[in-house]
Amino acid sequence: MGRVDFGGVSRKVCLEHVKDVAPGDYVLVHVGFALSRIDAEEAHKIFELLRELDQLTELTEPEPLAAQAAGQEPQP
Amino acid sequence: MRRLEPIESRRLAEHWASEIARHATRPWKIMEVCGGQTQAIVKFGLDQLLPPEIELLHGPGCPVCVTPLEMVDRALAIAQVPGVIFCSFGDMLRVPGTDGDLLRLKAEGADVRVLYSPLDALTIARQNPGRRVVFFAIGFETTAPANAMAIHQARQRGLSNFSALCSHVLAPPAMLAILQDPEQRVQAFLGPGHVCSVMGLSEYEPIAAQFSVPIVVTGFEPLDLLEGVCLAVRHLEAGRSGVDNQYARVVQARGNPASQALLEQVFEVCDRKWRGIGLLPNSGLRLRDEYRAHDALSVFDVGEITTEEPAECISGQVLRGLKKPTECPAFGLRCTPESPLGATMVSSEGACAAYHAYGRRSVPAARLARGAEGFSP
Repeated sequence: MGRVDFGGVSRKVCLEHVKDVAPGDYVLVHVGFALSRIDAEEAHKIFELLRELDQLTELTEPEPLAAQAAGQEPQP
Repeated sequence: MRRLEPIESRRLAEHWASEIARHATRPWKIMEVCGGQTQAIVKFGLDQLLPPEIELLHGPGCPVCVTPLEMVDRALAIAQVPGVIFCSFGDMLRVPGTDGDLLRLKAEGADVRVLYSPLDALTIARQNPGRRVVFFAIGFETTAPANAMAIHQARQRGLSNFSALCSHVLAPPAMLAILQDPEQRVQAFLGPGHVCSVMGLSEYEPIAAQFSVPIVVTGFEPLDLLEGVCLAVRHLEAGRSGVDNQYARVVQARGNPASQALLEQVFEVCDRKWRGIGLLPNSGLRLRDEYRAHDALSVFDVGEITTEEPAECISGQVLRGLKKPTECPAFGLRCTPESPLGATMVSSEGACAAYHAYGRRSVPAARLARGAEGFSP
């Protein structure tokens, strides 16, 4: 397990599927699992764009166990 | 500086839209496979930025939507077994079964819990040794590695009170079925970016070759999708088929070997019924025999399940790109997110829910909006 920063919200994420990651890397996270390491420069651009588009709402929700109705399941 | 970026992104979007218009000389029908892509297309109105030659068809890649009714009914039956804690991703709670949904059971007192990660179900199982904890393991290849890990860890740690109700589906067989359908009109695919981050590109090569279609593996941001459409149009116009990768910042050609190895260890390929579509050969994943002790299908005998879909719901045709949600007479009237007839109106990734959420109430209105916007590439 590792900690991943989602635009200010830190969350524990399983890193078993991406053994080659190092602190500071960007990862694609799905249902609490990092699935892929993302090219850092590209990730930074997208992150900024998402912030501008206000698309980080899903990542700043409270812990789903505490707020059960807010559960969201992203892309297949 | 940051204030310039939305302008920049709009400028980029218009750049891609004009590139698409420049290359498109005749009508093309392109299907985006993923529900997440459908949602972004409708939310940002990307289809309305495209020239009239290009029609986007919405595909079957909404995991909640295609989970078979039998499985939803089975989940409802298991959630009602005394002492069971039934855990699920949030989107599944309002999916209608033959008689009710998980949210209603929860309101009536069943212990139904929404999880962010399947690993949370293991924590709940550890904390409640006297209760049986069942996790509703649905989803495509993107979600399957996470669910596989939870099931594998349960076995390793001897968590005998944990089981999974598995209803995984695979993307390539669905694309194959769509191409084999004589009614079908798809000429190119925007491939499922996140599925491919796990599985890689190799499964798509034979499909592209057999049916001479371009498959452009595409991301989920507005600019990703426009670039994906542009690449698809250029391939179509040039008469090229094959697999292209728009989402290279995330997807490697070989996918994620660690995830693939775990999937292979925990699951085996099986035939699977897709809601609204029917039985597709080799289109699902089920638990291997070694994991039978954690397979809710073995642990719980809920008897025969007989199912009945609402006759009025056309979600099967919507999921295959044959009809748009607005072609359904019940859309927005007898079928709404508050009172859905089918799963495509429930999940945020369902085409019907996206059309409803972003104001696409009728086809003429959508076309009017495109004209009124006056976008000329």
